[in-house]
Amino acid sequence: MEVECLVIGAGPAGSMAAKELASKGIETIVIEKRQEIGAPKRCAEGVSKHSLEKLGIKVHELGIARTIKGAVLYSPSGKKVVMEGQGMEGYVLERKVFEKYLASEAIKEGARYMVKTQATDMVRENGRWRVSIKNLDGEDEIIANLVIGADGVESKVGRWAGLKTLNRLTDYHSGIQFEMAGVNADENYIHLFFGNEVAPLGYAWIFPKAFSANVGLGILEKGAKMRAYDYLKKFIEEHEDIFKNASPIEINSGGVPVAHFTGMAADGVMLVGDAAQLVNPIHGGGIVRAMHSSIMAAEVAEQALKEKNLSKERLMEYENMWNEEYEEKTNKLLKLRSFLEKLEDKDFELLADILEGEDIFQLTQAKLSFFLKKLIKRPSLLGLATKYLRD
Amino acid sequence: MIKINRERCMYCGGCVGVCPANALTLNETMLTVSEACNDCGICVKFCPVGALEV
Repeated sequence: MEVECLVIGAGPAGSMAAKELASKGIETIVIEKRQEIGAPKRCAEGVSKHSLEKLGIKVHELGIARTIKGAVLYSPSGKKVVMEGQGMEGYVLERKVFEKYLASEAIKEGARYMVKTQATDMVRENGRWRVSIKNLDGEDEIIANLVIGADGVESKVGRWAGLKTLNRLTDYHSGIQFEMAGVNADENYIHLFFGNEVAPLGYAWIFPKAFSANVGLGILEKGAKMRAYDYLKKFIEEHEDIFKNASPIEINSGGVPVAHFTGMAADGVMLVGDAAQLVNPIHGGGIVRAMHSSIMAAEVAEQALKEKNLSKERLMEYENMWNEEYEEKTNKLLKLRSFLEKLEDKDFELLADILEGEDIFQLTQAKLSFFLKKLIKRPSLLGLATKYLRD
Repeated sequence: MIKINRERCMYCGGCVGVCPANALTLNETMLTVSEACNDCGICVKFCPVGALEV
């Protein structure tokens, strides 16, 4: 089988890429190794409404499990900071439905999909990629001019193409989640819990859905004394008011890349979404970034295919586009991440005292200049200011 | 070579992304480890549920 463009992986990144490519008249095949697109999820399913709208991405109403007003943040001792207002609204998705809808949109544009179809190898041959696949019909090959690697944190495409997709343990959250019914928490907000005994170097979350909630946490191994699973059990035990009548109806886990990635393209290959570790390093959200990367990759692909130049140099324009939009912000967020990783529980308490919801929103938007001014105002915060500056 | 506890494995594939030897592969519910495994133990440190053992 020969095709102009082969997309490997049918998550939000892969289907967005397929939709964009197909709508530009580019012949596109998507292969997905799972037998069902979108399940099981490896995700808390939260997404910012504002970010989706900015990209003009439509979400099917059936894919939205809950619309939320904002977030409530909890310090280790339980002090609350509420974030709500413009720009802070969001959706908690039903990923399975959301992703199948995205696939249907790509198919509507002319993309072809194959599920339960695994890519097992990929070799460069006469300026094209020969991809070996396995599925219910046996073994086969697809020869493609361009391969889009949308194969997530596991990315084999990146490794076959010689790109550095290996995640480092210091920049990779170990995540675990129960989707639970019977959770007693305000359904209009997502709830985020901080503290080195709660979720070392990460946070715990409750994301309300239609009749359930995603309850999970992410930790970094270097700060952890036990498994993510053990932290989650402890979290649930310690919040009897919330979980007294709750039981899990699904368990998920996964790795979350929280770094800055370079080298997103090789000859005839571009990586999108989690395969290129394109996740917000502060909150670990990756859906919108994944879809945005695919929009950019498809734009570069269209031009490069027209010019019949799929060299790495040509395709690296995609990375340049990405960096223009995200590099500065990501670097600031990484600085903020490194600061947050230095905090002791008493520091979180101090921050809960001095920060308003709006301040925290600004921080998550990588607007950091006000932060130091705020810290140096009070002598009691000098320790924090020093931690912030020491980088 | 690392040992996989299949009863504990959540087949999330998180370990695949940190394996420096590219020895791990996940297909649906089946995690496999190849001869390339050098027992470095990074996957064991990552696994959220403790399904891997050196």
